[in-house]
Amino acid sequence: MKRYQNILLLVAVAALVALPLWLVKRPAAGMNGTQAEIFVGADDKATDLIGRIDPHYKPWAKPLLQPPSGEISSLLFALQAALGAGFIGYYLGVSTTRAAMRREVDTESRC
Amino acid sequence: MHIMEGFLPVKHAIGWSIVAAPFVGYGLHSINKRVKENPEQRMLLGVAAAFTFVLSALKLPSVTGSCSHPTGTGLGAILFGPAAMAPIGAVVLLFQAMLLAHGGLTTLGANIFSMAVVGPCAAAVIFRCAKSIRLPFSLSIFCAASLADLITYVTTSAQLALAFPDPSGGFAASFVKFAGVFALTQLPLAVIEGLLTVVVMNSLIRFNARELQEMKVTTAQVVQA
Repeated sequence: MKRYQNILLLVAVAALVALPLWLVKRPAAGMNGTQAEIFVGADDKATDLIGRIDPHYKPWAKPLLQPPSGEISSLLFALQAALGAGFIGYYLGVSTTRAAMRREVDTESRC
Repeated sequence: MHIMEGFLPVKHAIGWSIVAAPFVGYGLHSINKRVKENPEQRMLLGVAAAFTFVLSALKLPSVTGSCSHPTGTGLGAILFGPAAMAPIGAVVLLFQAMLLAHGGLTTLGANIFSMAVVGPCAAAVIFRCAKSIRLPFSLSIFCAASLADLITYVTTSAQLALAFPDPSGGFAASFVKFAGVFALTQLPLAVIEGLLTVVVMNSLIRFNARELQEMKVTTAQVVQA
């Protein structure tokens, strides 16, 4: 059981990610025929909410660099994830090898 | 949970920056001290930072029909204590504010406070409580990481409600609205973060049992189980 725990957990994660894509249906198109958007960022929704609570609020600063398009923005997000995942993978690789070598030394010293 | 650039009134922006700064300063001091005393823990500290990098880059769909991302701060808080996560979270938030127009410099203090201070503190406290009532190790990790994720988003909702109280209902009404956006969306994502933290912790226990015991995260019983 313990051996398969991680695989089962990862399957559960995949299911939790996929489930909303299947459950949430796109709302019907609006009066003027524009398609309603789904799966927008919660951050943007909060920004809209600020506009509704205080319509006179004007943001007083702008981001330094705005990624020129959605593609560039997803490139940078992918880069961020790749850097992190790369390091974790490297560390686990080092650890696995080290653990295997320790075991080898242990068995040799026992002989 | 990123409050967008310019979307906190000047007073709030300055206030949260002043509140967050000492945590980051103390965190840097505690990381320096730890690395000096235990240089071999440097790599593991890198793993904690990398985990936050990965998780906060993954925007995942939620049952509410909007997308949000986990924070990944629970793992590091359990391994190194909450103080270490303040500067690590600050680096991630700074990266996203400078290059991705996600979050912002004026809201950096508020974002650091929710993601890199409150979240990790919650994770550490919950982990300790779960251990003291002898919950199984994996379950303790899961509870600490997922609740820390959720509490981070509740904090953001409170910060926004403080800055933008509802004209008729005040702070409470506004808080309910913001929590409806953030906390509800976050529920399934918090579960995902909890599960992923257990996965990484399982791997660490399997291959780095000695280090984790030295750091007093696990006991010999957990490793043998």
